[in-house]
Amino acid sequence: MPGISDTTQRSATISVLVDNEAGVLARVIGLFSGRGYNIDSLTVAPVDEAGRRSRINIVTSGTSMVIEQIKAQLDRLVPVHRVADLTMDGPHVARELALVKVICTGEQRVEALQVGTSFRARVVDTTLGSFVFELTGATEKIDAFIELMRNLGLAEVSRSGIAALARGTRVI
Amino acid sequence: MAAELTQSGAEILLRALRDQGVEVIFGYPGGAVLPIYDALFQQNSIRHILVRHEQAAVHAAEGYARSTGRVGCVLVTSGPGATNAVTGLVDALMDSIPIVCLTGQVPTHLIGNDAFQEADTTGITRPATKHNYLVKRPEDLARVVHEAFYVASHGRPGPVVIDLPKDIVINKAPYAEPTGQHPSYRPRTEPDADQIAKAVALLKGAKRPVIYAGGGVINAGPEASALLTEFARTTGFPITNTLMGLGSYPASDPQFLGMLGMHGTYEANLVMHGCDVMLAIGARFDDRITGRLDAFSQGSQKIHIDIDGSSINKNVAVDIPIVADAGKALAALLAAWKASDAPVDKPALASWWRQIDAWREKKSLKFTQDMKRGGIIKPQYAIQRLYEITRARKQEVFITTEVGQHQMWAAQHFNFEKPNRWMTSGGLGTMGYGLPAAMGVQLAHPDALVIDIAGEASIQMNIQEMGTLAQYRLPVKIFILNNQYMGMVRQWQELLHGSRYSETYSNALPDFVKLAESYHATGMRAQSVEELDAVIHAMLDCPTAVIADIAVDQAENCFPMIPSGAAHNEMLLGPEHEASGAGITDAGLALV
Repeated sequence: MPGISDTTQRSATISVLVDNEAGVLARVIGLFSGRGYNIDSLTVAPVDEAGRRSRINIVTSGTSMVIEQIKAQLDRLVPVHRVADLTMDGPHVARELALVKVICTGEQRVEALQVGTSFRARVVDTTLGSFVFELTGATEKIDAFIELMRNLGLAEVSRSGIAALARGTRVI
Repeated sequence: MAAELTQSGAEILLRALRDQGVEVIFGYPGGAVLPIYDALFQQNSIRHILVRHEQAAVHAAEGYARSTGRVGCVLVTSGPGATNAVTGLVDALMDSIPIVCLTGQVPTHLIGNDAFQEADTTGITRPATKHNYLVKRPEDLARVVHEAFYVASHGRPGPVVIDLPKDIVINKAPYAEPTGQHPSYRPRTEPDADQIAKAVALLKGAKRPVIYAGGGVINAGPEASALLTEFARTTGFPITNTLMGLGSYPASDPQFLGMLGMHGTYEANLVMHGCDVMLAIGARFDDRITGRLDAFSQGSQKIHIDIDGSSINKNVAVDIPIVADAGKALAALLAAWKASDAPVDKPALASWWRQIDAWREKKSLKFTQDMKRGGIIKPQYAIQRLYEITRARKQEVFITTEVGQHQMWAAQHFNFEKPNRWMTSGGLGTMGYGLPAAMGVQLAHPDALVIDIAGEASIQMNIQEMGTLAQYRLPVKIFILNNQYMGMVRQWQELLHGSRYSETYSNALPDFVKLAESYHATGMRAQSVEELDAVIHAMLDCPTAVIADIAVDQAENCFPMIPSGAAHNEMLLGPEHEASGAGITDAGLALV
């Protein structure tokens, strides 16, 4: 584990199990903005049967000392049950869903479809002048897809932010 | 089958407060809380104290809480009632004071409609509280009140807001008994035994140790302060207190170095700078303590005990972190120290104490009072005499302060032997804290001597509370060190901004003697040194509230001082000492 005096920046994927109550998301977001931490991505949804617990997945970056501080600050919020640093705790999978609208005709249309196929994107909406691709994968894969589509009529992107779980039998 | 509902939400609320042991509530009525005030009117077990401004209600509850160790309780109305309370809430958050603040709210069906006296209280107070609640269903009301008291007083204490829509307190609601638990909030209080063992091993081998203890020790109850004293005496280590920690260790003890930090003593700061093992307990390494971070106690290994894990490794990297209640950790440290047969380096300790005594010889708090007739009163002398005279009277004394130079002089020159006797706004630095806090202390300790050491600028920030003192016959003594300046700001302007005293002169001051009289209190004044003792005696003898207006040296600065951006060994000493210390850098100028 890197020392807390280490000044190199790292990215961290943090999962937080919270009570699914009014204001809890505002509390978490307010913590980040109030203390000047970065949020690169944030997702939240109820995850248990009764809908009493939600899981918040946050991708953030900072020095090790800052990330340890973020975890400690999250951990002391009253509605927070568990804070896990998926990046440090072991291997994990992180996936994101994106909907990508491309407006194009002619050769560009063929090219866009071929790129979509090679990324295993699904076409979920088609008109004669447009496609909406649905793509799931790691953030880098989605970034790469969007980059390629820029020259092929990229019009609009909607991304989910990441969902993440530890690999293997570990649960948070 | 639920029992038939017979009580209104307001009655349920008061029942829950009673079950939580609330005896006094500080508040101010308004439209949204009328049903609660109606229920208060019809009972006698909870006493309501009517303040004159909602900020003062929270500070009064803080004074009550800090002097008793109990949770302070506040009741204010919606909209401006709640927004006025925000300063008090942040003050309690920064200083870790347990408060439950009940705020009125417009009825649930009007929330979000910009109704009259509506404010998004939970939104506004989210970063101002440890936790907050908006009660939307009558069946949640009693449980939320019990939870709020639990959250306010467990773990690192802090303020909790309960926002109460008017229909919730009008409609019938069921009661739930307190469970003494929270469904999920489980702050860690027991220290890890391995970490304690490591800490003791490090402490046993220390050559130049220091104990640095803060407000967390006071918050952990008087037993924690007793354990701290026992631990320090058992080890023979020098000990310093933060502003918040004063009273956790007896100031008269020879092992006590005085307060540390920006206006701390020479010996306390140099001990911090030069130590090889630092034991931090219930203190959070804030910027007023550390000075320049990259020069802070570079040669030491640090043990940090705090109930709040986020306080550890926040500003200063430590070697042995221990998340625990200060009292439990001290008990564990003491037991492990006694059980360990590892030797202590006695010669090194003796040489460390010789060094400390040499630093003490600097007498960094010294000042010279002109004792001739007509001599201008030094503010330090006024506090020293106040201390000596009150001590000679052997009365139980509680001191509150406002914020500024007078606060630092009080911390330096009024010595505290016991915890919970010193109430000051440390983290937020709220001018106007002292008078309402003193009201809360006096209510909790009707027979004690409660003195607000004030400045003439700060006192005006909540001066309306003189009315509360009169209404409840609270004999609080307000001891104003009047230098006709916002002294601490003036001092910084002198030292950092070329003596350009921009907007810091207290122009058009009231006549404090007449002001006291118009509020049914007693006013008195000391203009020069020969009048001081008589005024202090008269103030202490007076059965009513008093404003004692003490005219003090306008040019006096508060020393020692670690200028912003400087290190502990770059302290500025006062005019009594030869020129010392570093100048202030441009980087330091940008700091607060």
